[in-house]
Amino acid sequence: MKRLPVQKTYKLFIGGAFPRSESGRTLVAEGANVARASRKDLRDAVRIARQAGVGWAKATAYNRGQVLYRIAEMMETRRAELASVASSKAEVDRAIDRVVWYAGWADKIAQVVGTANPVAGPYFNFTVPEPTGVVGILAPEPPLLGLVSRLAPVIVGGNTAVVIASEAHPLVAIELAECLATADVPPGVVNILTGLRKELAPWLASHMDVSALDLTGGDGDAAELERLGAENVKRVVRGKADGQSPYDITAFLELKTVWHPIGM
Amino acid sequence: MATAWDYAPAPEARDIVRIQERYGLFIGGKFVEPLSGERYTTIDPAREEPLSEVAQANKADVNRAVKAARGAFEGSWSKLRPSERAKYLFRIARILQERSREFAVLESLNGGKPIRESRDVDVPLAAAHFFYYAGWADKLEYAFPNRRPRPIGVAGQIIPWNFPLLMLAWKIAPALAAGNTVVLKPAETTPLTALLFCDVLRQAELPPGVVNIVTGDGRTGAEIVAHPGVDKIAFTGSTEVGKAIQRTLAGTGKRLTLELGGKAANIVFDDAPLDQAVEGIINGIYFNQGHVCCAGSRLFVQESIYEATIAKLKRRMRTLRVGDPLDKNTDVGAINSKQQLEKIASLVQSGVEEGAEIYQPPCKLPERGYWFVPTVFTNVAQSYRIAQEEIFGPVLSVLTFRTPDEAIEKANNTPYGLSAGVWTEKGSRILAMAQRLRAGVVWANTYNRFDPASPFGGYKESGFGREGGRHGLEAYVALDDA
Repeated sequence: MKRLPVQKTYKLFIGGAFPRSESGRTLVAEGANVARASRKDLRDAVRIARQAGVGWAKATAYNRGQVLYRIAEMMETRRAELASVASSKAEVDRAIDRVVWYAGWADKIAQVVGTANPVAGPYFNFTVPEPTGVVGILAPEPPLLGLVSRLAPVIVGGNTAVVIASEAHPLVAIELAECLATADVPPGVVNILTGLRKELAPWLASHMDVSALDLTGGDGDAAELERLGAENVKRVVRGKADGQSPYDITAFLELKTVWHPIGM
Repeated sequence: MATAWDYAPAPEARDIVRIQERYGLFIGGKFVEPLSGERYTTIDPAREEPLSEVAQANKADVNRAVKAARGAFEGSWSKLRPSERAKYLFRIARILQERSREFAVLESLNGGKPIRESRDVDVPLAAAHFFYYAGWADKLEYAFPNRRPRPIGVAGQIIPWNFPLLMLAWKIAPALAAGNTVVLKPAETTPLTALLFCDVLRQAELPPGVVNIVTGDGRTGAEIVAHPGVDKIAFTGSTEVGKAIQRTLAGTGKRLTLELGGKAANIVFDDAPLDQAVEGIINGIYFNQGHVCCAGSRLFVQESIYEATIAKLKRRMRTLRVGDPLDKNTDVGAINSKQQLEKIASLVQSGVEEGAEIYQPPCKLPERGYWFVPTVFTNVAQSYRIAQEEIFGPVLSVLTFRTPDEAIEKANNTPYGLSAGVWTEKGSRILAMAQRLRAGVVWANTYNRFDPASPFGGYKESGFGREGGRHGLEAYVALDDA
């Protein structure tokens, strides 16, 4: 007799856990019931991301690199599952390799963009990059590669993220969340919401505890979201859905310059 | 009066390691019999017991290894996509992490260093080096802006016995990341972790010939240096051998980096946090039995705190535990070889004869094996051999100074320039001292720190080139115009 498979429940990913929407709502996407996150879910996610940022920003760059590499390991073992909800196997492979590429940047970005500044005086002066804080991401298509391409540079630099997954293709984002949950990523460093963009994006863009926005996945509403972000001077990035660059990391980094006198 | 507490023995189990009776040479991805037909015995210096028979590679063996490396370079490795090269290196890093216990035990067995150090320092740092350079493999264009970096070819690498696996990692990781292939010779007395590393390469499925390991003494090293098929030599070891290598390569156009000896100054000012400074002094000179090229072997203490410092230092020395390297409580292990023990003893004898005052804490040494009691000399003049020559053992020479200028002048008064230490609460003074010390690494209020992201290497006769960090890549790339 044919065995009846167990169906999966697609839930949100907040603070390392998989809760349903507090609103109790779902929507149907790609033939499955998917949690429809509310404004309150979003606010919870931002609060938790902010808390998680304290430890994540302090983690050594080496440690962050190890965690990103571990994400790639977990994605590799779930390659088939990811492919079943991504656009293709090739998309999954490219997404995994992209995570590995960014893993390597963790302890190098400061060596490329940091400087020792030869000021005209007896001072030791240096500039180092530091994370900006909580980054809101509207994930672009394709649903896995787009999400990974925007998320990896954000977290490798020590930021935490609140991601609004693709509205049309949310399943692979939750599949990815299951990789993140088993990859030593500290709870709350990445939070992924599924639901309706128009119900969530304006609240993410106007939230006063979100430091930066990645609107690469924004469509007609990007300009309006950018306007909302001006209220607390958010750093707004519109990058490439399928790009990899150290400048995608620095887009979410602040630069700190330190002066110290030299003398006996 | 402080003395070492009596602890019950806490030996690390050695059965995790399976040492073969004899080893061949690792060439072209497999172990082969040496064409030389010669082998020698490698031992456990703490017990003077044989561990294995390893090959003494001759000219024909080295030639075979270079050919394998050349074949792998031209056949596949240099043409592989950089992101795939990176993934091989990440695999090696991970496997080293997974097998860290095995490597730590073997390193302590064959080299004599305390298990605490091989477990907490050597092996994790070796894995971290592979992890760090893995990330560079597909990002070289960001390390060398406006240049097109390409690999050099076959790198001949010769490493010392004080940090066998870690030095292997320092050499192999950047070489492979940049797309080169390698012929590496571990030190004569400590070949076993390099030979175990070949099994890591097998598990990582590294293409054959990318890394070749040839064992032997200095004659094998000389064959690598002289081989016309080697494009680059990287050597870590004594200044004397380094100079000989530089002479041999003169006029050949081969690339060379040298990491040689040191006689580091560790300078303590009167405002230093003294207890921390004493810990730093102890770590600086007795870490790894003083078999450290950057060891803080000359201590300069400001006169006003001289007596207090020496009293605390001697007190701390009495609590050092010397003995079985495999015991988890051991601070100071076995001297690496009989030859090295004799060298240390003879230099210490010269210190006594020249008039320095010797102190050695009471210490019961095991009956068998090579041991040397942690030693400090006071009343040392700058001209004494113990203040001039690298001892490479647990022997500290103490000198004094009054002013920062005097400290700088004395500290720089050496042909070496690998490292230095500064202890003071005053930040501006740290930076002023750092500016004026002629040394490649300056540690402030710490000592003997290492990290794959941090470049390491010497000024003056301590060699040239850097290992670690972005700068460590430079030794392994040719930079074409973009």
